[in-house]
Amino acid sequence: MSNRDRPLSPHLQIYRPQITSVLSILHRATGVALVAGLLALVYWLAAAAAGDAAFAAAQGFLASWIGRLLLLAWTFAVFFHLANGIRHLVWDMGRGFELKTVTASGWLVVAVSAVLTLLTWVAAYGLRGSGT
Amino acid sequence: MSASLRTALGRVRGLGSAGEGTAHWWAQRLTAIALVPLTLWFVISVVMLTGAGRGEVVGWLARPFNFGAMGLLVGAGIHHAQLGLQVVIEDYVHAEPVRVAGLMAMKFAAVLLALVAAVSLLSIFVRG
Repeated sequence: MSNRDRPLSPHLQIYRPQITSVLSILHRATGVALVAGLLALVYWLAAAAAGDAAFAAAQGFLASWIGRLLLLAWTFAVFFHLANGIRHLVWDMGRGFELKTVTASGWLVVAVSAVLTLLTWVAAYGLRGSGT
Repeated sequence: MSASLRTALGRVRGLGSAGEGTAHWWAQRLTAIALVPLTLWFVISVVMLTGAGRGEVVGWLARPFNFGAMGLLVGAGIHHAQLGLQVVIEDYVHAEPVRVAGLMAMKFAAVLLALVAAVSLLSIFVRG
């Protein structure tokens, strides 16, 4: 990087966002978000092992509005990363690289993760009610 | 046969230009495939356990299948996560000392997290 004036490849701010590029960075972002989710899961397991007081504190946090917001975000992140991860595995087999297919599979991933997120929360509230 | 600039030894070792071969890539795919059924099992389980008290959660976790599946989920999940975080750090942290220190801290933290999860799960399995 000795010559700072040399031309650079298109910037994120200049390059028009496309379904391919947006989902690509979203895959990384949801992956990082799921690391936080993994920390929360291990905290929850440790609290369950520790005893009633620790577990009640963990459940209290997760049931708070900020806890529920985090859980909602993690639900979408897990389904998106899962669906888009399968899309990546198909690419690894050398399939689905046609532009039309890449666009279609991208929107399919978005639709599947949105629907599964909604279904999960409807099921969770339906099974236990909103009071708990 | 087409000419290759790669030496015979280099071709046999199969480590490529980065000198690391496909181990990282392969481990990322293996854990990804393992995590597909484990993640689906986990989401369904958590939905079923919504609002459950500690007794119910511990009783559920102490069942051999759930104990094993949770262990595999956390194990494969942490391995997959640290492989992914490694790439993120390598991509964005350009100052070498910071990058190496960050990678070390992240790898140590991953092992520590796996240890906490293993001790917690074993404790629940053995003592409830």
